[in-house]
Amino acid sequence: MAQHQVNYASSAGLPIALTSVDKLVNWGRSNSLWPLTYGLACCAIEMMASGASRYDFDRMGTIFRASPRQADVMILAGTLSKKHSEFARRLYDQMTEPKWVISMGSCANTGGMFNTYATVQGVDRIIPVDIYLPGCAPRPETLQYAMMMLQKKIRRESADMKKNTKQDLTNQTGKRARLI
Amino acid sequence: MRKYVPKDNVQGKSYYTDRFWVAPRVPREEVSDAHFTGVVATLGALAKEAHVELGQLIVHIDARDNIAVIKALKEVCGYTQCSEQSAVDYLAKDGEFELFYQLLNVNEAKRTRVVCRIKKGEAIESIVPLFNSANFAEREMFDMFGIKVNNHPFLKRILMPDDWEGHPLLKTYPLHGDEFASWYEVDKIFGKEYRDIIGPENRDPAKVDRHDTKRFARIGYEVPFGTDISEGETQKEIEYSETLLVNYNKKESKTLDKRR
Repeated sequence: MAQHQVNYASSAGLPIALTSVDKLVNWGRSNSLWPLTYGLACCAIEMMASGASRYDFDRMGTIFRASPRQADVMILAGTLSKKHSEFARRLYDQMTEPKWVISMGSCANTGGMFNTYATVQGVDRIIPVDIYLPGCAPRPETLQYAMMMLQKKIRRESADMKKNTKQDLTNQTGKRARLI
Repeated sequence: MRKYVPKDNVQGKSYYTDRFWVAPRVPREEVSDAHFTGVVATLGALAKEAHVELGQLIVHIDARDNIAVIKALKEVCGYTQCSEQSAVDYLAKDGEFELFYQLLNVNEAKRTRVVCRIKKGEAIESIVPLFNSANFAEREMFDMFGIKVNNHPFLKRILMPDDWEGHPLLKTYPLHGDEFASWYEVDKIFGKEYRDIIGPENRDPAKVDRHDTKRFARIGYEVPFGTDISEGETQKEIEYSETLLVNYNKKESKTLDKRR
């Protein structure tokens, strides 16, 4: 008998793993997070560095996709100007559920130092954000850590998309309801 | 004698303004350079006033002569580049805009600035037939100040969105934007009825909202993430350490087992 052949009869040799559907689906989702290739400002340089060979997003299954229809994650990397907000929202709308958003850097979180008429004061005014990354600009390690936090968050969620979808307005805690 | 100004509220004012402060000016010199003298002589009566600042010739002209002056500078005096064209808002002081054209003579390594003034609502003639680089500069001037440019090939906003209201570089325009600006993205994406849901912009970087349990926590009143505490929360007793070194869990310290 060849050595690599599986001995089905012996204990613990059975090619069976018991799990739940939630865990299986979320295992797949969290390990193939495909962000949209979409940079706004200087944070995008750090985002590119995270994807390049030194920090290497690919080993986490995070591969940048050039089309919003194939992407799961939107990384808003940089200052979002009011002129551009419409297009950012349109890209977000084109992504298929389930989808997650990372707001990268001070400018995307709160407007940052651009406390002016032309900058959106926090991208959560137009797009629901899952993870806020502090920093100006955050180091690639920070973005990797955010990705790992997002994986953790996904593993906690239900696999049933109806429960996680961003399309609810029922969760009206506090004054600010969730955006569609 | 100085005008009397009451000084009883000096400490209460957040900003102290120096009444005797005068904005520093770049010293003006007479036109003595041979090249610049030739330029002023070429312009003749078109130049209302000419002087030199920091080695650059400043020529004040009438706004209606701008094409004639710049054409003469380009074709006779060798100014082959228009490196910048824009305006300055002096509406509060003089009720006028100051327009300037910064020209460069590459062969002589000389720069000349042509300055003219127009009233609010007046238009200026485009110099795009002379300098193509003025195309974007004039569009930006229109965008930022609302100054119309006659015979411009494509006069349209260049920086702000096409449906923007207001001209942001005017001194009367607020830095944080007027109402249109502050709701621009909400109105455009969601519609005006979403203003109540999304809420106004937070322009205060030090804002603390004690009812917001997603962003803030109170020591002694900790609640789970995102809990609604608008009706008040219960106080939890803070456990202070009884020893000098912190002992939070009050469990026994780690002991070696019998084998060791």
